[in-house]
Amino acid sequence: MAGRTDARWVITAATVVVIILAVLGILMAGGYDTPRALAALWNGAFGSSYALFSATLVRATPLLFVGLAVGIAFRAGVLNIGAEGQLLAGAAAAVAVGLAMGGFPRVIALPLALGAGAMAGGAWAGIAGWLNLRFGVLEVISTLMLNFVAAYLVSWLVRGPLQEPTRVYPQTVELAPSVHLPTLIDGHRMHLGLVLAVVLAVGAWWFLTHTAAGFRVRAVGAGRDAARSAGGINLGRTTALVFLASGALAGLGGASEAMGVTFALYEGISPGYGYSAIAVALLARLHPLVIVLSALLFGALEAGAAAMQREANVPSVLASVVEALIVLGVLSFDHARARRRHA
Amino acid sequence: MSIDAGEFLQASVRTATPLAFAAYGELVAERSGVINLGLEGAMIAGAFGALVGAGAGGVGAGFAAAALAGCAAAAVMALVVLWLRADAVIAGTAVTLLALGLTGTLYRALYGAQGAALSVPTIAPAAVPGLSHLPLIGRALFEQPMMTYLLYVVAALLGWWMARTHAGLALRATGERPVAAFAAGISPVRVRAWALLFGGAMGGLAGGVLVLAQVGTFAEGMSAGRGFIAIAIVVLGRWSALGVAGAALLFGAASQLQYVFQSLGWPVPYQLFLALPYVLTLLVLAGTQRRAAAPAALGTALTEDAR
Repeated sequence: MAGRTDARWVITAATVVVIILAVLGILMAGGYDTPRALAALWNGAFGSSYALFSATLVRATPLLFVGLAVGIAFRAGVLNIGAEGQLLAGAAAAVAVGLAMGGFPRVIALPLALGAGAMAGGAWAGIAGWLNLRFGVLEVISTLMLNFVAAYLVSWLVRGPLQEPTRVYPQTVELAPSVHLPTLIDGHRMHLGLVLAVVLAVGAWWFLTHTAAGFRVRAVGAGRDAARSAGGINLGRTTALVFLASGALAGLGGASEAMGVTFALYEGISPGYGYSAIAVALLARLHPLVIVLSALLFGALEAGAAAMQREANVPSVLASVVEALIVLGVLSFDHARARRRHA
Repeated sequence: MSIDAGEFLQASVRTATPLAFAAYGELVAERSGVINLGLEGAMIAGAFGALVGAGAGGVGAGFAAAALAGCAAAAVMALVVLWLRADAVIAGTAVTLLALGLTGTLYRALYGAQGAALSVPTIAPAAVPGLSHLPLIGRALFEQPMMTYLLYVVAALLGWWMARTHAGLALRATGERPVAAFAAGISPVRVRAWALLFGGAMGGLAGGVLVLAQVGTFAEGMSAGRGFIAIAIVVLGRWSALGVAGAALLFGAASQLQYVFQSLGWPVPYQLFLALPYVLTLLVLAGTQRRAAAPAALGTALTEDAR
């Protein structure tokens, strides 16, 4: 059994490599300087301490938070595609509290702002959870709707109550240094949010594998009816917990991004992290510890793609193509495996 | 500056047109039981197809290419969901991501790194003689580009087709009880495949309308979530052809309100009006879920005994 599990990861890794090579092959056919592009991809992601500590790991941090959010929800069969909205809610709340807490010492201001982000994200997902449990509203639809509402809410905040005092730019003023997440290495952008995210990944893994509540989450994901009738599990309570935890993780991601990278709230604060999160979680087969690796891979891919654009003129949106192909590749591979098992 | 109600309605219908195209595509997909999150991808693919097609062969070729490109995106979706039996939510997200990435990459590769502003021919509004002089609604409904009139025909035909034909019944049966449909000799896989392809073509046309009847050029990510809005419209329209028309108009009007407020100089936070249709959609869902207008098998995969 262990051998078969290992083989699955080997084939998954091979799928990723094949997809990246195939895309580079297409680039070559398209007349791009492929060796140069490949070198730029590698150098932009891992080639220097700047690439690793100020690009790759900085981009991996929000992906890890939202990847965990989606991963834990999907494990319980909750199709939360609203990590984007929950992240925005978290960023908005963290900035709002952070602006108010500017005069307080860091030991008080930081946890309060982070906590506000987690609570806002949890509350935002909680709306979808409540609608689902109370009225049977499909969470796919409700979380999607709430993404739009959150985006408009941010748009209003940065043009209304939270706008900078000159009222020229649609953004808030910069957060006071006491609510900046400290950097981990002097001179690099990598910040405390990464440590928090990794700790949460380990915590999520521990929760799922070593606690009774985690077992209930996995049981509900494996089959709701069996979990209720054979396991005597309270579906409503477990599902509610999953919605709240998932939203809180995404909200923390937003808080971490606002307090560690952007230091202000504005409309484009997330370039779709909440949607990339689905790819991040799926590539890791929803395993919290593996999500750390897949977030790193996607962070590296995006940092490398930006470098490819600068140095080899390759469009950086190619990273989305690779992400999508990885998801489709994983889906096809799982299908092939399922067929073999049936045969 | 004063606001002309007729002008406001005309602009609302214009904004609603691409939304309604996509929403009718989504309506058919959802009536077959699939929530198609790949619709956003079909729409951006259609917008790009429209640019390439119109550049090569004029507006007609643009719309044909838009529909084909939308179909291509939907074909990937159908393949992954129906043949590889993957989760439709994940597959739809992947298809949208793929289409956004591919169109962005191709656009920059074909038309330069900066994506130099490229303009294509657009179709002008054509007034229907007589009807366009009706008070208030005349210009709104009857002084629009041809595609809006095509939409009226499609909406009416679709309503009739779903309610009154055998094929329409097969569609609804697949969305309600795929197992029973299968037992009655219908192939749910085939029904869902056609429903997705039709939805993709409509999504592609929606992208085509954006480029060829409104903006006159392509921009990366220009679908800007309209494919997802279409999903909200179907829900708000209670999965009926008539309801979808009303809901699309509501979304169109809500997004026009911001210009009204701006020109009136009212300091009203227009974002709240933009968010309102989504909140309304949630309220409608919460208030009427028990009356079950939604297809019973919506969002569920086909089981072994239904294929």
